[in-house]
Amino acid sequence: MLHLFAMLVAAVTGILIFAGGLVTSTESGLSVPDWPNTYGYFMFFFPLEKMVGGIRYEHTHRLIASTVGFLILVLAAWLWRAETRRWVRRLGYLALAAVITQGILGGITVLWYLPDPISIAHASLAQIVFCLTMTIALVTSPGWKRGYATQEGTPLRRSGRQGPAPDDLMLQRVAAVTTGLIYLQIVVGATMRHTGAGLAIPDFPLMFGQLIPPHWDPKIAIHFAHRAGALIVSLAILATTSHVLYHHRSRRELRRPALLLLALLATQVTLGALTVLSKKEFIINSLHVVTGASVLVTSLVLTLRAHRARFARGAGPEEQDPAYGRPMDVRRAGPFGPANSTAGDHA
Amino acid sequence: MHPLLRLLACAALSMAVIGAACGGGASEESTASKAAAPVTNPVDPNTASAITGVVTLQGTPPPNPPINRGSDPYCMKLGAATTPVFVVSDDSGLENVFVYVKDGLGSLKFPVPSSPVVLDQKGCSYSPRVFGIQVGQSLDIVNSDETLHNIHALPMANREFNRGQALQGMKYTTTFTAPEVMLPFKCDVHKWMNAWVGVLEHPFYAVSGKAGAFALAGLPPGTYTIEAWHEKLGAQTQKITIGPKESKKISFVFKV
Repeated sequence: MLHLFAMLVAAVTGILIFAGGLVTSTESGLSVPDWPNTYGYFMFFFPLEKMVGGIRYEHTHRLIASTVGFLILVLAAWLWRAETRRWVRRLGYLALAAVITQGILGGITVLWYLPDPISIAHASLAQIVFCLTMTIALVTSPGWKRGYATQEGTPLRRSGRQGPAPDDLMLQRVAAVTTGLIYLQIVVGATMRHTGAGLAIPDFPLMFGQLIPPHWDPKIAIHFAHRAGALIVSLAILATTSHVLYHHRSRRELRRPALLLLALLATQVTLGALTVLSKKEFIINSLHVVTGASVLVTSLVLTLRAHRARFARGAGPEEQDPAYGRPMDVRRAGPFGPANSTAGDHA
Repeated sequence: MHPLLRLLACAALSMAVIGAACGGGASEESTASKAAAPVTNPVDPNTASAITGVVTLQGTPPPNPPINRGSDPYCMKLGAATTPVFVVSDDSGLENVFVYVKDGLGSLKFPVPSSPVVLDQKGCSYSPRVFGIQVGQSLDIVNSDETLHNIHALPMANREFNRGQALQGMKYTTTFTAPEVMLPFKCDVHKWMNAWVGVLEHPFYAVSGKAGAFALAGLPPGTYTIEAWHEKLGAQTQKITIGPKESKKISFVFKV
């Protein structure tokens, strides 16, 4: 049940990112000048008939954001009450702190008339909130807890249907680097978006009809960095997914996110091109934002699953991988080894 | 702490720190006008001169872009409209051009009018679209529509503000503290709503009306740089010298 709720929270967070994309794509960020109120009304009592023009996007974004904040609060409380792994409980607290910070950043950016650094920080922290909720959803899943073993408890990787050892250092590294690169690429994208550089290079795939822009200014440089970043990220994703499909094809928990990652990458590149060619049509533009976030969390899931064996080594019964069976007191152990604290740490 | 948690905490914290460190605060304009020191008009009415003229447009302008007001039912029911970028009379007179004395007044100080300038949000557009005001003079921004608007000033030399007016009849009064030509306004709710104000330290400005006519009256004799500004076509300047009680004509010709 906790896992299902965490999945819901992650899904609504994804919707929130799409709504945020709509706000910036329609340039509606300042259509509601006050915060936390809306035109002097308490946010939840703002009359529906007054939701016109840009207010529809901005106010809806605020309502969804409030919902996500509340859901994360419930999630953190639920984890605190029910979760036995200390580090997972802490993920809940961190998600709560992040979403509160995110809300404050959203308010500040409105009250300060969308200064670029704040808006970029708001966009970048949104991705971290999404990553945190997705991570919680992942590590509370039954599959994660049983180490992706079969229903009978036989670890797949020892069934003879597996490739190399599951604790694949190369995969762990390449997947982690890929996830980091995707995040950086999203930050560059947010910078491009909030500095108005989205159409600084107006053509695609060429740049002013050439492979390299013939002239430069800060906006062209940011836009170019995002395109170059897309190429680097694409190569990193191809490296990760190729590794998975070549070495771990039979491991469903790796194969599926890898294939999804490839599909999302293709979608994302297409959306990026269409964003430029459509001169930032707002739906396409917003889909580009949310697909980018989906690429990030899919890569994160793949990375965490690639690291699952490492989590298992020091985990308690909840995360005990039958392949590594070494039961420990969950209250006294973290995923990478015993924790220093031996005291009860529910709080 | 778990390494993963530590990493995520650092990332979130750094985002927050970046945000907090880089933002620049600005509070909204005070509604109270600053009490200006009493200044008497330095122009001798017996020698005051005038510059009159006309702004014309040469060539055929592109059609004014249609406004899609579908995002607000109230605005939509007002009917079809276009953005009045080019308002041209039959004899090529160009309206909504801000004409003002850019240079030549030296250190002369002029009294600030006690009457406010009114910027109305009416029919889901600004009225007037282009206007002038003196530094320190009150600007009353009113909402005559049965829908809400936000009035968002985007100055370079003055303080930015963004005020919501949710109800018909609401009024917001502000002043500007520094000269600025031109200072744009926009409504973020209704993207098509734009206006521009020229903020000056003197009263010698006008906006071309029907047939592109304008007049700058009450000027002291002297040599002046006159600038004409249009929202799409940019600015042009001319120098002119006028003597006591003289009235001279100049014309500005914009081309498309």
